[in-house]
Amino acid sequence: MSSQKPPVIQIRRVTKSYGHGDATVHALRGPDDPVTGAPLGVNLDIEQGDFVAVMGSSGSGKSTLMNILGCLDVPTAGRYLLDGIDVGHLDEGQLSLVRNRKIGFIFQSFNLVPRTTALAQVELPLAYAGVRSAERRRRALAALDMVGLTERAGHKPNELSGGQQQRVAVARALVTAPAMLLADEPTGNLDSRSTEEVLSIIDNLNATGRTIVLITHEDEVAHHAKRVIRLVDGAIIHDVRQAPVNGLPPALLELVGVRA
Amino acid sequence: MLRFAFGGLAANKVRSFLTMLGVLIGVASVILLLAVGNGSSTAVKNSITSLGTNSLTVSSMGARGAAGSTVKKLTVDDAKALASATDAPSIKSVAPVVTTSAAALYGNISYTPGSIIGTYPAYFETANQKVAKGDYFSNDDVLNSRKVAVIGSTTASQLFDTEDPVGKKITIGGTPFTVLGVLQTKGSTGFNDPDDVVIAPLPTVQNAFTGFGSVNQILVQATSADTTTAAQSDITRILMGTHAISDPSKVDFRISNQTSLLTARESTTKTFTVLLGAVAAISLLVGGIGITNIMLVTVTERTREIGIRKALGAPKGVILGQFLTESTLLSVIGAGLGVAVGIFGSHFSIVGIKPVVIPESVLGAFAIAVAIGLFFGSYPANRAASLRPIEALRHE
Ligand SMILES: Nc1ncnc2c1ncn2[C@@H]1O[C@H](COP(=O)(O)OP(=O)(O)OP(=O)(O)O)[C@@H](O)[C@H]1O
Ligand SMILES: [Mg+2]
Repeated sequence: MSSQKPPVIQIRRVTKSYGHGDATVHALRGPDDPVTGAPLGVNLDIEQGDFVAVMGSSGSGKSTLMNILGCLDVPTAGRYLLDGIDVGHLDEGQLSLVRNRKIGFIFQSFNLVPRTTALAQVELPLAYAGVRSAERRRRALAALDMVGLTERAGHKPNELSGGQQQRVAVARALVTAPAMLLADEPTGNLDSRSTEEVLSIIDNLNATGRTIVLITHEDEVAHHAKRVIRLVDGAIIHDVRQAPVNGLPPALLELVGVRA
Repeated sequence: MLRFAFGGLAANKVRSFLTMLGVLIGVASVILLLAVGNGSSTAVKNSITSLGTNSLTVSSMGARGAAGSTVKKLTVDDAKALASATDAPSIKSVAPVVTTSAAALYGNISYTPGSIIGTYPAYFETANQKVAKGDYFSNDDVLNSRKVAVIGSTTASQLFDTEDPVGKKITIGGTPFTVLGVLQTKGSTGFNDPDDVVIAPLPTVQNAFTGFGSVNQILVQATSADTTTAAQSDITRILMGTHAISDPSKVDFRISNQTSLLTARESTTKTFTVLLGAVAAISLLVGGIGITNIMLVTVTERTREIGIRKALGAPKGVILGQFLTESTLLSVIGAGLGVAVGIFGSHFSIVGIKPVVIPESVLGAFAIAVAIGLFFGSYPANRAASLRPIEALRHE
């Protein structure tokens, strides 16, 4: 890959295990050392502007990987360089800045703040970034508009359907216009129409140069990505490129192709 | 931030209310109990001044402690010796006192006053008793053993209710007394009622009740508060003369200074105040522990929410601030209401004592309660803010 910029994400020999002794679960392990049999850890580079779909069966370590990429969790071993900076060396305050400014995270289980209206949810990351209230409201409304929830702005999570909650979570991840969007099954709870809507939002974000990492079980969703990674038992076993990094995402290319 | 905190508290109204109640009770009891203690020592201080600071009481030692030697009781002659002594310039006036108890009758009303006192007119000034209505009895009344009396306000209201007692006749122990005057109310000190008395000329009371032997006390008034010590030694010298005692360690009488007596009592009430304060402080502490407990529960309950906020990039300080604001708000509101309740409660008299609020205790209790909120709230808040986002998110 002949990219002039260094990869935005570089992980080196990263492992993540839970528990001790016999009960140890290696959620991320990479290939085993052919001599000692010890896990070597996962290596992965993601270029700026890439659109990566992570696939794999349940329990294969996708969410674990995503949490590490999103600086929500720390690896048991190995290094994670984000924009060339070793995340392991950042302190609490710097980490929260990274989470706030660089990363938009969509959780597998929505994770909306209870008893808080959709508008306030979406405003939250902006509030933590210190954006003024009028500006905050304007941008939050724009983000809600993008996911088609303008009329639901005043609703609380328990007054929204699963799909609507998912879309609030998407709006919340988009609102700060992060350079990197990490989405853990963002369409897992959506019907095919809403799925297309959310995916087209993500396609457009990628077209404007944002890096996307997306976990999915569905091949149709994976078709939108420029690169597909497949995990089995905490190791990457397939890494397929479907489209060049520097270009439109496949779905938009098709659209252009149809028109041409 | 304040809005978030209010929202957090409103989300669990009963719990927030109970926590505040704990702080409220703590603060209110500190203020109130200290006010009661302070009120009782103020009452003692007032009764010191009302008794007259320059009066001395001479009383007989009785038989005890005088094994082998004969104890001479105090007599009217002792009083006369004190009064007529020319070499005792510090003594202003002398009043021998006999005390007894009997039922008084007015019409068909019977009432037993706290005490019936037989004495000289000098007693009124020495004991700081002034008449509100009518007049004192005179030396002439004493010389002629007239059957007259001055009564205290409590006795007056018991026997006469709203009637004017002056000029009326009351019967005590079969002897009819004409009421000459009613004393001014001194007010109870919480220990005894100085207004529940009948004061009559000494020989009249001796004649009717006690006989003409000894007297119970001799009340001596010094010329001023500064000369009480001089008066005390004068009294000792003169009475040693009349009782024919040469060894000062073998005196058969005791001179007590009202002031020192009451100062001792005042220090007792101080101890009482400190004890009350300690009890109140403990309840304040318990209120503080209540805050910690509630904040711990709140934090545990909202761990997931904390995780979400941290994942969205909330800095530690913001999370810390939110929970600290909540706990401080709890304690500020609780303490504020506690101050209100404490001050309101101090308007009522408690076990006969009129509480006097100490302003420092109000400020102190408030400040301590708020500090407790901050201090005890900071532990759970800090625990919440230090969680790693994923740990918080995984929390069930
Ligand atoms: N906190 C934890 N403690 C112990 N084991 C864990 C923990 N988190 C994850 N695991 C284990 O790590 C493995 C990988 O979990 P992960 O959540 O990454 O799966 P996943 O690929 O996202 O699955 P799914 O598609 O169902 O979301 C699983 O076997 C899981 O049981
Ligand atoms: Mg998962």
